[in-house]
Amino acid sequence: METKKITGSEAFLRTLIAEGVDTIFGYPGGAIIPVYDCLYDFRDQIRHILVRHEQGATHAAQGYARVNGKVGVALVTSGPAATNAITGIADAMMDSTPIVVITGQVASPLLGTDAFQETDVVGITQPISKWSYQIRKPEEIAWAISRAFYIASTGRPGPVVIDFAKDAQIGLVDYKYEKVDYIRSYQPVPDLDMDLIAEAADLINNAKKPFALVGQGVVIGNAEKELMTFLEKADIPAAATVLGLSAMPTDFHLNKGMLGMHGNVGPNRKTNECDVLIAIGMRFDDRVTGDLKTYAKQAKIIHFDIDISEIGKNVIPAVPVAGNAKYTLAAITELITPAKHTEWVDSFKIDEKEEDEKVIQDELFPKSGMLRMGEVIRRVSEATNNDAILVTDVGQNQMMAVRYFKYKQTRSVVTSGGLGTMGFGLPAAIGAKVGAPNREVCMFCGDGGIQMTIQEFGTIMQEHLNVKMIILNNNFLGMVRQWQELFYKERYSATIMENPDFVAIAAAYKIAAKHIYEREELDGAIKEMLSHDGPYLLVAEVEERGMVYPMVPAGTCVTNIIMGDNQ
Amino acid sequence: MSDKTLYTVTIFSENIVGLLNQITIIFTRRQLNIETLSVSPSALQGIHKFTITTFSDESTIDKIVKQIDKRVDILKAFYNTDEDLVFQEIALYKLSTELFLKMGSVEELIRKHNARILEINEVCVVLEKTGHYVETQALFKELSESIGVLQFIRSGRIAINKSKVERLSDMLSLMEKKRLEKEADYHE
Repeated sequence: METKKITGSEAFLRTLIAEGVDTIFGYPGGAIIPVYDCLYDFRDQIRHILVRHEQGATHAAQGYARVNGKVGVALVTSGPAATNAITGIADAMMDSTPIVVITGQVASPLLGTDAFQETDVVGITQPISKWSYQIRKPEEIAWAISRAFYIASTGRPGPVVIDFAKDAQIGLVDYKYEKVDYIRSYQPVPDLDMDLIAEAADLINNAKKPFALVGQGVVIGNAEKELMTFLEKADIPAAATVLGLSAMPTDFHLNKGMLGMHGNVGPNRKTNECDVLIAIGMRFDDRVTGDLKTYAKQAKIIHFDIDISEIGKNVIPAVPVAGNAKYTLAAITELITPAKHTEWVDSFKIDEKEEDEKVIQDELFPKSGMLRMGEVIRRVSEATNNDAILVTDVGQNQMMAVRYFKYKQTRSVVTSGGLGTMGFGLPAAIGAKVGAPNREVCMFCGDGGIQMTIQEFGTIMQEHLNVKMIILNNNFLGMVRQWQELFYKERYSATIMENPDFVAIAAAYKIAAKHIYEREELDGAIKEMLSHDGPYLLVAEVEERGMVYPMVPAGTCVTNIIMGDNQ
Repeated sequence: MSDKTLYTVTIFSENIVGLLNQITIIFTRRQLNIETLSVSPSALQGIHKFTITTFSDESTIDKIVKQIDKRVDILKAFYNTDEDLVFQEIALYKLSTELFLKMGSVEELIRKHNARILEINEVCVVLEKTGHYVETQALFKELSESIGVLQFIRSGRIAINKSKVERLSDMLSLMEKKRLEKEADYHE
């Protein structure tokens, strides 16, 4: 292939295009202007979405990546822009989300001089990124950018940060795209160990009460079919982590719900009753395990994960199976014998009934009082035929949303699981809509979280993004309030919020909006929201003292479940 | 400290700016002090070797080493206890020439500690001793208590594994083979 000298900025954009990028979330500034100038020539090939804050660019890139599996791209300038992007980078690291964040940087001769808007981006991001690299010369661009995409998207995905010195953006280079698909120091997918798979299959074949925990690794590995074939063959009930929720449809007969602190009763109790616990693409987060000393001690544990540093990190398995779930599950399915565990599978119904009576009925079908978060969420889910992408913020709105939304398709949950980033919802919904334009995107948030990134209404306005946004407004920082009520003697320190008129704010951004207070208004408002051609904000005033139950208090045994007032 | 063992962590990496930082932050997160650190080019061109010692329990060091190994530019990381290793440190001692000449038992001292004299000038004498920590420390103690030590410096540990040969080159050729196979698949 012939080469000709082009600027570093052009080499950069050509590499992005070669890597399949057609969308960038970004915000220009001094140290990235040359790239933006060049982007003007590529505007028919790359859609640039101008966010209103760099944190929004990274969360939008995350939302984009989570719904379509492609690498999300954020482009920002140096210094404060880079530090604003940090939250999204850390979030993507925790939740294994493939994004590439490009930060402008001062010209290389100025590095280390405390130049205007200089910050040590590589130093700051090393602990919170999969790879972080500074480009100082235009000759490095082709290699570094392709490498960035390879690292972000392979193995256990994660964020990659490219710090791009301004003189490298301007300098000329003989450019030739070369795909990076091998790094000798990096083995993204461990080799299959058939002996361990046989050992795991043997445990499963002898199990009377097997139970599977499904994490996001199944979604990332595109292993949903393999998972369900595996579960069905040996009749294994399963439950999902928050990020693994839509790996199985909600109504799949072996799907027993959600794990963890606010998960379903059955899955938490059965964790400590099963004889073989099969963890697939999940990392035994403390919000899932509670107290490790009392966690699944009776069970033989099999841990499937692509990241060998996760195996044995929190829970030591009897059989570790390293690899991509798509292949490990397919391999083990070959070796397991068809089985029926009818009694065991049916035993979940007792817990389901108890949870339904003590928690769910009141949450979904309250007879009186103010709106409940759960009922709003379930009505929205049903009004979308349970086929929408759910995006959430963090807190009560998040736990309620993941509990009561229903899923038909995979990649239907976008939420900040590991980092728990308030303010994630709105920008992530932007990314989700851009990444899956043909799907309905419903974003739930609280009155607290929305105000952390509310400026992204501007992005929605400018890009005409058809995102449905629901604020569950209890005029409280609800999750903290819940902990204060339960564990801090009802001392509501700094959790009461005086809120603005959200409808008026939406109106200022030309976003249709409605405020509802009564149960009778709910269905009509949802219908209006979903039939509206364009973005819509629904503010639902919900019960101030709403609580998310069931709840396993932090650091306690998973069977120590609080059911709330009705127990 | 009582339930903690001294582990030697050996890391092979690409020679890329900022790698040491990537490694040390992993120790920091788990609240482990680095006792000694030595970095140098390895026998294989372009590959650097880090030797780090730290007090830890086995479960923690195992997790830390996995976290290090996971970093993209790290080729291989592993850990050993002292039984598996032949290891050495080097120490330099700067002494006053005047006092050194007056002390009278130089030959005995040098023989006993198997030390070497690197430099003698009007002002100072520089001794060198290689050995384990306790050995270099013993000479330091003896000199401190007799004529005093003007300056003292000890290197980080370097270590060689007794039980198995350094297989990094094998690992690299295996990886290269895999890459070629992958390329061949791609072209088919």
